[in-house]
Amino acid sequence: MRGIVKRFGEVVANGGIDLAVRRGEIHALLGENGAGKSTLMNILFGLYHPDEGEILVDGTPTHFSGPRDAVGAGLGMVHQHFMLIPRFTVTENVILGMEGTNPLRLDRRAAARRVAELGETYGLRVDPNALAADLPVGMQQRVEILRALYQGGRTLILDEPTALLTPQEVDDLYAILRRLTAAGGTIIFITHKLREIAAVSDRVTVIRRGRTVGTRTTAETSAPELAALMVGREVLLRVERPPAHPGEPVLVADGLTASGEHGGAALRGLDLTVRRGEIVGVCGVEGNGQTELVETLAGLRRPDGGRVLLKGRDVTGADPHAVRLAGLSYIPEDRHERGLVLGFSLAENVLLGNADDPPFSHGGRIDYDATAAVTRRLMTDFDVRAPSPATPASSLSGGNQQKLIIGRELHRHPDALLAVQPTRGLDVGAVEFVHRQLVAERDQGRGVLLISFDLDEILDLSDRIVVLFDGRIVGEFASGRVSRAELGLRMGGRGVDEPSLVA
Amino acid sequence: MLGGIGPALVSSVGAIAVALLVGAVVIVLSGDDPVVAYRALFRGAFGGVRPLSETLVAATPLVFGGLAFSLAYRAGMFNIGVEGQLVLGGLAAGWIGAQAFGLPRLLHLPLALAAALVVGGLWGALPGVLKARSGAHEVITTIMLNYLAARISAYAVGSNGPLKGSASLPATDPAQPSATLPRLVGDERVHAGILLALVAAGLLWYLLFRTTFGYRVRAVGLSRGAAAYAGIGWGRTITFAMLGSGMLAGLGGAAEVLGLQGRYYDRFSPGYGFTAIAIGLVGRNHPAGVVLAALVFGALNSGATAMQSAAGTSKELVQILQALVILAVAAFAAAGRLRLFAGRRVAGVGRRVPAGDRSAAVGMDPEIEARPQPPKV
Repeated sequence: MRGIVKRFGEVVANGGIDLAVRRGEIHALLGENGAGKSTLMNILFGLYHPDEGEILVDGTPTHFSGPRDAVGAGLGMVHQHFMLIPRFTVTENVILGMEGTNPLRLDRRAAARRVAELGETYGLRVDPNALAADLPVGMQQRVEILRALYQGGRTLILDEPTALLTPQEVDDLYAILRRLTAAGGTIIFITHKLREIAAVSDRVTVIRRGRTVGTRTTAETSAPELAALMVGREVLLRVERPPAHPGEPVLVADGLTASGEHGGAALRGLDLTVRRGEIVGVCGVEGNGQTELVETLAGLRRPDGGRVLLKGRDVTGADPHAVRLAGLSYIPEDRHERGLVLGFSLAENVLLGNADDPPFSHGGRIDYDATAAVTRRLMTDFDVRAPSPATPASSLSGGNQQKLIIGRELHRHPDALLAVQPTRGLDVGAVEFVHRQLVAERDQGRGVLLISFDLDEILDLSDRIVVLFDGRIVGEFASGRVSRAELGLRMGGRGVDEPSLVA
Repeated sequence: MLGGIGPALVSSVGAIAVALLVGAVVIVLSGDDPVVAYRALFRGAFGGVRPLSETLVAATPLVFGGLAFSLAYRAGMFNIGVEGQLVLGGLAAGWIGAQAFGLPRLLHLPLALAAALVVGGLWGALPGVLKARSGAHEVITTIMLNYLAARISAYAVGSNGPLKGSASLPATDPAQPSATLPRLVGDERVHAGILLALVAAGLLWYLLFRTTFGYRVRAVGLSRGAAAYAGIGWGRTITFAMLGSGMLAGLGGAAEVLGLQGRYYDRFSPGYGFTAIAIGLVGRNHPAGVVLAALVFGALNSGATAMQSAAGTSKELVQILQALVILAVAAFAAAGRLRLFAGRRVAGVGRRVPAGDRSAAVGMDPEIEARPQPPKV
């Protein structure tokens, strides 16, 4: 791709991008959220038409008028959010759009055989007859890759492919990608995570604000160099974290049991203590009780048994507002569904959870002046970049949205802070900011409970690490005393002494 | 903060202009002169005391109905039951108003209005409770309750009905003078109901945008998950919003009965509660927008006769114009959404379209589902 320019009205999404991908390599496309990665790939895939520039395939200028042309040229796209039809089987999903020309005949058996073959060749083992809805996320992604291969794709574009995967699934994905390139395939791997560059790519092109800022061979570059290229300034990749000085317990879960969304026990007698002045990291594979633990602590779910103590006070079963008043602030994992009302202004979002308390309201009447003043202060203190408190939250970038949430939750000076996936989907600069805030809160004597599926985040920030498996804490480690491998084993349930739990 | 009505208002006004333009084409196609027709329409709606009075008379129940629909909508509830709430509120007010209590107007009229508030409110709260308790969808339950309300009315004032008056009409006795809403301008039909409606609009604006209750309503309507996170009780909030919605609708019925009809007649409403959905949509579910939309629809209705006699156009043309207004507003809303979507793609935030803006998505329904039935002039 040469000199690609794409404008949307006033906005220049791609302002001159050059990207050269060699056959048989894994080429990472690195850039912050909003840098123009997705736009570029949509141009490559024929979904958008560039205003300037050209696309060359094997040296020949090519024009894609739509995705069909791109597929015809051997391109395949695996979207960030999978586009499978839940009620279709794996095979039906794979052959979608390639059903053949006879509308009355569908050779399912041949298709299933072909899908199984492809899976065998590239280590993409999936049951061709399983329903898409029943597959875990990692498997759904395999189906997407299979679909791209089935359509004859030799160059695959993967858009943030690890965003939804567990560490194990990520490792599996890397293995699959290597096998694909060994067989002559080419991969374009879009990401904003530096670690993934080193782990899987051969070369990397960095884009910033719609422009190419450099292409490097992965083996000859370093994470700090890439981060600086991506953000445009030096970035601290690991936040400074002086030793902790834990004080008295501030948040205690005592023998918590709770049912999950679909019935069945999700927490099975969970004990956990967070002291003032420490960050406790909870690691574990998704679906081992994280959601239920968070919701129970925050007052969103009533436990079946056990107690939650906040500063020694029993807050079991209290509603979220009462829990917040008692001193627990909560950074939820889902900015769009929980943390913010996207249709509200920034000021109205600052009211979320605070609306009934001074200075935000008096006797049921909201004080918008006071709210706007607090909002303005938070925007300054937490570097939320937006024109005014009246700006709609939906118009902010993910990083700025998260900063607003963190500001709102910290301005109450809580005793304990529940941070769930606080940097999910954020770019490097914002991650650095969030991590610093968490450490600063710790240093001011708050107890921080960090729940994350990003093992490196847990390892970087936690003073103590606990492993959540099957609704219980099955391991506890001091910071720096445990390896990724050890944690990985524990997260998989190894070392749990009761065989009934493993079986 | 006015609740962000500004840009929405501009696009609604634009939509009305577009609708009038398309309407002009329709008039030309039917062989008439659009300039003559629109001049007559305008004169019939605003040109003098009587036309103005008739415009306000037509607008009054629509303001109440539109406000009722909007309050529920803000809580994420699609209240199709405005009609039933309005009918039963009117019945309660008409019956209390017909009683010879010997009370002064200062007591009798408020009593009749309070009856409408209570009955309309409870009839509205019922689907709220049902949804909060069992998840029963309000679109289904309110439609069913509309039928039930119509049957209750038919029974109550039908032959041998318990609330039927002495005359051989499906109606209550005439309201006592002490229970009527006074007329405002001499013999003209415009009555104090329009003032009540404007006060109600002001109060609703205050409630929605200045109180913690209104905040809860809007939070629940825009994001149930975030509301739960904030500790806002969903069931409670939608129930109270539906209660308020029913109260507004009931008051609209009462105003029509005590201000215009003089007694409760069975089937007195020509479908105000359904037109109300369109009013809410065109008014962007904002009290100020609702008042303006109700005035526009009221003006179209009161000007229709004049247009017919002056330009020879069919009276039904006004229904076409109203439908065009609704379509144009929906189209403008959809266009705004598309722009927003394009902007989102550029920014590359691209995670998902905000769950927040349901206005256009849900707002598309009514113009397909409920063809507005314009009130009698």
